Amino acid sequence: MTRLLALLLFCLLPSVVIAQVRTEDKPSDDPVVEERLAKLSQELRCLQCQNQTLADSPSDIAADLRREIREQIKAGKTDKEIVAFLTQRYGDFILYRPRVMPTTYLLWFGPFLLLIVGLIMLFRYVKQRRDAITEKPLTAEERRRAEEMLRP
Amino acid sequence: MRYLIPLVLFLVMLFFLAIGLTRDPNKLPSALLDKPAPTFRLPQLMNPEKTFSAEDMRGKVWMLNVWASWCFECRKEHPYLFQYSKSAGIPIVGLNYKDKREDALSWIGELGDPYVLSAVDLEGRVGMDYGVYGAPETYLIDKGGTIRYKHVGVVTPEVWTKEFLPLVQELNRQ
Repeated sequence: MTRLLALLLFCLLPSVVIAQVRTEDKPSDDPVVEERLAKLSQELRCLQCQNQTLADSPSDIAADLRREIREQIKAGKTDKEIVAFLTQRYGDFILYRPRVMPTTYLLWFGPFLLLIVGLIMLFRYVKQRRDAITEKPLTAEERRRAEEMLRP
Repeated sequence: MRYLIPLVLFLVMLFFLAIGLTRDPNKLPSALLDKPAPTFRLPQLMNPEKTFSAEDMRGKVWMLNVWASWCFECRKEHPYLFQYSKSAGIPIVGLNYKDKREDALSWIGELGDPYVLSAVDLEGRVGMDYGVYGAPETYLIDKGGTIRYKHVGVVTPEVWTKEFLPLVQELNRQ
């Protein structure tokens, strides 16, 4: 019981101790800015909680990045420039859709390669089976040998 | 032959999974490695009327340690920093990241100050320029102002002797 209580208290701890300076995550009044932010942030990874996008992460660093993106949109930066700003600092890992480049060729084209290999194997298998079950008439030589064997 | 193909496939899979296990998904390669350390000018924690700029450290090998009073891991790292700066004779500059001033001051008051100074990054903007996504993070910067190493998480004595110390000594010779 005391253990459970201690655990519960421990869960409360962060809310008491952690007093980070929270970033104000205020949506902009301009719906165009918010729309662009929504679109962009769905393509970007939150680096602290790596399986969430910047759009749905509640972490503070995500709020920082959203603030930065809002400011850059307002400053008239293109999506491309904003993504370049972020990858310069955080690397390509921030992109949910990896860039097509030599190190990611296998990632992008590997599945198609596997598909082609699979198709080739399938065709070969089907052909082999078909060859095995189709009736082939005997050649004259084979007929002669068979008759020879069957002669009483 | 019949058993060979599944066996080979299994071994290949095993190989890749084994590699996957040895890697920490939280450790990302820094995009800033071997790039110039971003410049900034920020007020100092102890003397708010004074500022600090990364340029001030030109000609020195130094470390930038991102810390905050709300960061649990930083508390673990803190005592080590005294040893590191002493043993290698390297100045450590703190980047007090998104921290309340009074919290930061009482943390230093309680645990001591291993830093030559701490710069105050209240809004986390300088942190963003350095690609910080969680504290503690530590950067090793050479005399020319280039980032030579970055470590995310606590710089344990093991990390220090294996990664930092040899590099610090090498950079100091240059």
